[in-house]
Amino acid sequence: MTSDHPRPPPRRSLFGALGPNELKGLFWQVLVVGIAVAVIVFLWSNTVTNLSARRITTGFAFLGREAGMPIADSLLAYNPRDSYLWAFVVGVANTLRVAVIGIVLATILGTLIGISRLSANWLLSRLAAVYVEVLRDIPLLLQLLFWYVLMQALPAARAAWRPVEGVFLSNRGLILPAIPVGSPQLWVLGTAVLGSVAFYAIRRRLLAQQMRDGRPRPAWPFALGLIVALPAAVSLLLGVSWTIEWPQLRGFNFVCGLTLAPEYFALLIALVTYTSAFIAEIVRSGIQSVPRGQWDAASALGLRRSFMLRQIILPQALRVIVPPMTSQYLNLTKNSSLAVAIGYQDVVSIANTTLNQTGQAIEAITLIMAVFLTISLGISFFMNWYNARIALAER
Amino acid sequence: MSAIADIPDVPRAARRPQIGNPVLRWLRSNLFSSIPNGILTVVLLAVLTKGVISFVQWGIANAVWLTPANDSGACKAVRGLGACWAIIPEKYRFILFGTYPFDEQWRPGLSVLLFIALYFLSTRRALWRRELGYIWVGALALISVLMWGGVFGLSFVSQDRWGGLPVTLILATSGLAFGFPLGILVALGRRSKLPAIRSVSVLYVELIRGVPLVSLLFMASVMFPLFMPAGFNIDKLLRAQIAIILFAGAYLAEVIRGGLQAVPRGQYEAADALGLSYWRKHRLVVLPQAIRHVIPPLVNTFIAFFKDTSLVLIIGIFDLLTTAKTAIIDPAWQQFSVEVYIFVAAIYFVFCFAMSRYSRSLEATRAR
Repeated sequence: MTSDHPRPPPRRSLFGALGPNELKGLFWQVLVVGIAVAVIVFLWSNTVTNLSARRITTGFAFLGREAGMPIADSLLAYNPRDSYLWAFVVGVANTLRVAVIGIVLATILGTLIGISRLSANWLLSRLAAVYVEVLRDIPLLLQLLFWYVLMQALPAARAAWRPVEGVFLSNRGLILPAIPVGSPQLWVLGTAVLGSVAFYAIRRRLLAQQMRDGRPRPAWPFALGLIVALPAAVSLLLGVSWTIEWPQLRGFNFVCGLTLAPEYFALLIALVTYTSAFIAEIVRSGIQSVPRGQWDAASALGLRRSFMLRQIILPQALRVIVPPMTSQYLNLTKNSSLAVAIGYQDVVSIANTTLNQTGQAIEAITLIMAVFLTISLGISFFMNWYNARIALAER
Repeated sequence: MSAIADIPDVPRAARRPQIGNPVLRWLRSNLFSSIPNGILTVVLLAVLTKGVISFVQWGIANAVWLTPANDSGACKAVRGLGACWAIIPEKYRFILFGTYPFDEQWRPGLSVLLFIALYFLSTRRALWRRELGYIWVGALALISVLMWGGVFGLSFVSQDRWGGLPVTLILATSGLAFGFPLGILVALGRRSKLPAIRSVSVLYVELIRGVPLVSLLFMASVMFPLFMPAGFNIDKLLRAQIAIILFAGAYLAEVIRGGLQAVPRGQYEAADALGLSYWRKHRLVVLPQAIRHVIPPLVNTFIAFFKDTSLVLIIGIFDLLTTAKTAIIDPAWQQFSVEVYIFVAAIYFVFCFAMSRYSRSLEATRAR
């Protein structure tokens, strides 16, 4: 507007300054917050009355009491005399065990299927499309029950299937050969991790140098030295033994080896196959989002196909892939709570048992929410960091 | 079609003269374009053939299709070799309609047909008018009359006898019908300039989306009675329905928010310039465009929802999956759960596949 209509100076009094719009806004805010607060107060007062009528004291004091519930399959040492708090921790560990391994496997399988959908081989791409369509359109819970029924229909331990020597599949679950890991082995693994970190740092410097003068510097000798040779040397020096424990049938069950209980195995298969169908679609659309010109330009430079995919296409596709992938990882983690339907004791299942035993409904549900919100925030945080790292570096 | 599939082959395919039998040409370019590709094709064909043959042997050749009533002897004889499809004619009434009175089961059956007709009408672009709303209200009223009865000479059936497919459809449809307006309100709230309204909306969406549906359902089944004044209680199905509506509202709100963000600023400003009020601006100008933008992701959310209603199994509500699971508790038929699960999976698949096809066709029309 023109300058000969100076604005009136802003008034600073509390209500006088508010025009009709601000008043309306204030009214709506007070209304919505008022309703929200009224609902919460109503529910809260009812709950307190109801709980005192049932002689349940609110608060988290019950966590110190003896849990008394059996947990069949757990990573951490547990017996029913432990406290509710420890039972919860065991449940969280079980949830993380299925979620972390599930995320890794689903990513690998989903990427393979997503790439297969784009294959030049008609048969492969059709089969991948059928896989995606069938798994996406059937409820996960139904698939989970289906896998669990199949697990239970497997032969007994004595007649277990042996797809590969040393691997047994029976109604006791999947039994794999294992390497017992104690503190000497952990030292060696620790060196390997340190070596990988060092290698990563060196590789970054090499790449930075290549960026400056354009001369490629091979990084593989460092990888060989730091990740393979160094741990091997430590292992030899300390005289660490790496014997493989082969599972053996004793009586009606197996001894030695690594056992994946049928509940865990069914849950893992269901989560991995179901999520991989969604991941495959994300990977496919990510790769398709890379403009045709990028492919043409890369082939014009005479790059090998694998190099082209790795260095030109994937870095661009990842920018489209990572954000929806984050929500798939969150979904997989939340879906792991379906474990309760087949009796795998994840955190939801243990919270539910606690709730039935103690009546501490609010506390149990609060704990579930706290655990899942923490995991969700953790995954989002990591994926946002990764996303920022691979984001387009614009000038 | 696909990026990897055609791009590297373009120069070679262009050089190759287009002669010979078109079928052979197709085979060569799509299945045997290179030696590794040819090997892959052969291996896949071998695996596929083996799979199909063993499925046909199990599912068709050795299968038992019919047995005398409640006699699973014939099925037990072929156990492990052939499927027992006979369990489906034996149990389908229970799987589809649960414990609804047997002689009255035409009522839930008709309700299912009404639901399907309603979905079909809603997909017709020509019908996306105000009248569709009336059709929905009318059809839902008719379905309630059919399911509950108690009027027009229909006997009353209380909802704890309801079960099977109609319950799944009711949970999904009312979840969406009520969740959708809730989602719109919350999406508007999240974009509102008023800080209190915005934070209430953000809190709601993030809390609901942060936790698994299972825990919401537990809350509905266990904590709801605690929340209410003593003596006041509502039925379990309705409690689960409320949890599903709240869940749907949060997820739909996020999809709709995406649509609202896609509406150009000029549209808001133009509506303001016309002097429209907040609600009229959104109802007449912004929302129609916003929702049109997000129809494909909305349909995907609907599919996810439809599948998620099966989670009510965990709190013991008789939806389609629960009736299926209950049907095989019968000791005579216990061993044939795989067949029942395949049957139910097929029902879910038909609904979800139809929706996903529809979503794809919408995307295709939009891309044009």
